[in-house]
Amino acid sequence: MEKHKIIQVRDLTVGYGTDIILENISFDILEGEIFIVLGGSGCGKSTLLKHLIGLIPPLSGQIRIDGEDISNCNETTFKKILRKIGVLYQSTALFGSMTIAENVSLPIKEYTNLPQKSVETLVKMKLNMVNLKGYENHLPSEISGGMRKRAGLARAMALNPKILFFDEPSAGLDPVTSVELDNLIIHLNKSLGTTMVIVTHELQSIFNVAHRVIMLDKQTKGIIAEGNPMHLKDHSENPFVRNFFNRKSEN
Amino acid sequence: MDDFKDIQSCQYEISESNDGEITIYLQGRIDSTNASQMIELFGSLIKDRRPVALTVDLKKVTYLDDFGALVLVELKDMITAAKGQFNLKNAREEVLFILNSGALSETSPLIKVRPPSMFIRFGDAILKFGTEVKYQISFVGSVCLAFVYSFLHPKTLRMDDTFLYMQKTGVDAVPIVGMISFMMGLIMAFMSSIQLQMFGANIYVASLVSLAMTRELGPIMTAIVVAGRSGSSFASEIGTMKISEEVDALFTMGFDPTRYLVVPKIMATVFVVPILTLFSDVFAILGGLTVGVFMLDLTANAYILQTLKTLSLFDIFLGIFKSAIFALLISWIGCLRGFRVKGGAASVGQATTSAVVSSIFLIIVFDSIVAVMLTFLS
Repeated sequence: MEKHKIIQVRDLTVGYGTDIILENISFDILEGEIFIVLGGSGCGKSTLLKHLIGLIPPLSGQIRIDGEDISNCNETTFKKILRKIGVLYQSTALFGSMTIAENVSLPIKEYTNLPQKSVETLVKMKLNMVNLKGYENHLPSEISGGMRKRAGLARAMALNPKILFFDEPSAGLDPVTSVELDNLIIHLNKSLGTTMVIVTHELQSIFNVAHRVIMLDKQTKGIIAEGNPMHLKDHSENPFVRNFFNRKSEN
Repeated sequence: MDDFKDIQSCQYEISESNDGEITIYLQGRIDSTNASQMIELFGSLIKDRRPVALTVDLKKVTYLDDFGALVLVELKDMITAAKGQFNLKNAREEVLFILNSGALSETSPLIKVRPPSMFIRFGDAILKFGTEVKYQISFVGSVCLAFVYSFLHPKTLRMDDTFLYMQKTGVDAVPIVGMISFMMGLIMAFMSSIQLQMFGANIYVASLVSLAMTRELGPIMTAIVVAGRSGSSFASEIGTMKISEEVDALFTMGFDPTRYLVVPKIMATVFVVPILTLFSDVFAILGGLTVGVFMLDLTANAYILQTLKTLSLFDIFLGIFKSAIFALLISWIGCLRGFRVKGGAASVGQATTSAVVSSIFLIIVFDSIVAVMLTFLS
């Protein structure tokens, strides 16, 4: 059975003003897959992510999430699309004046009618799921970077969105914590069927979690590789792509 | 037996056996859209019928996430509270997976941190006050040291920054200070003229406006504007640097944060605020002059002569001296509050508010002290 294309990008051109970063790119993300956007520094990974979640309107082209064109729709539809996505920002963007539990319960209280006691139980379950049991009443500034990432993840998936976006999830984490986060991503993907879109250049986690990747390039302003990372590592026609996956320098 | 009923995307069917056991057959999706309705519905069912046992059959459930798990947890809690038994049937592997990720085992709601007793809070407040005072004293010390160092090594003073702050605090504030002072002069001249006209003492409007503005209102109005414009910006600038670890970066690069951040700000403010005060005096007198010429039939010449006759050099210098001290207080408290920022964005806002409020308070306190001292001295 053909899998549902949950995100469709067609002829997308992104950039700031006259400065074009990516030109005419098209790709699909299938429902339930872990999709990684990678590439060297400055190739527009994070900019692409910001377009996918609707923070910046594209210069031209179309982005469809679950069938709706996000750059060209009315307020109500856009709100509906936002309910389907969750984002883990690079610096986690937890609200510093709220405890971890308050951060996670904020969207739950806003968008469901659960009684207070159930909200609290649910928040506890969410935090258990990301191994943050016992840190409910801590402020974000009182816990470590890896814990903040996990708390941010708990908040991003508070309403179990269909699609989760990650901006450099393992940036600034030690290898052990990084692997734990990868395992958590795989676990959530399996148990809830959430589609994951991850922007990263951490090779190890690419091989660990990715079902499919696209690789962006600064020179050509487009996609230079698409497919399974294990396959690309050995069989890509582009030497630059092979070098990237095998950690070799150009020369 | 009831037929299948519908809640959003989940269907259910309830059957009751003769010995008081209820079985709920669920079908479809249980997620965030229908969890709260299910808790409500089955909750009232348990309350009404008080079954000895409740069995939930998940055979036909296609999707169940942690909201679904929450429903099961809540049902289990309710049936246990009603002294009944809870059973789960036909839970598939994925469902058990979710339940085992710490759902069914952990059901107590969040423990709220209770506010401690009055005595503990009182003691806490005293300790906090103590550390605050200690910090303020050490901050005064480090600012003094930084200044001494800068005077002994003038090359280390960051001239570029100092000039930049002079422009931001001084030059950029001229329009607003000038405008406010002009209005103040206008209002004062107008109000006093109503009284003085009755005695035919119109010319003394000039004395009143010039004396009041140069000695008291000019410095205070200027200081309040500077506190609002620059004191707040110092606090938020340093506060934001603090939470984004820029202050730590300065420290590790071998810069003394006080010397690098505070000295240019204090130098610039103390230098330009007295000049700003002079502007304020001139604009206020112009405001008075406008009222004098257009409403009181005084000639401009006579007004200016009367002003010059009234003002002594001492009055002007007193105003300037006071404004220099105000400037010191504003920039000092602004920087201090900035350095006290901890945590996140809310703390920056608090520091900014506190910088402006404390500066205005200190300005008024210092002004009163000078006024009392002068009364006793003369």
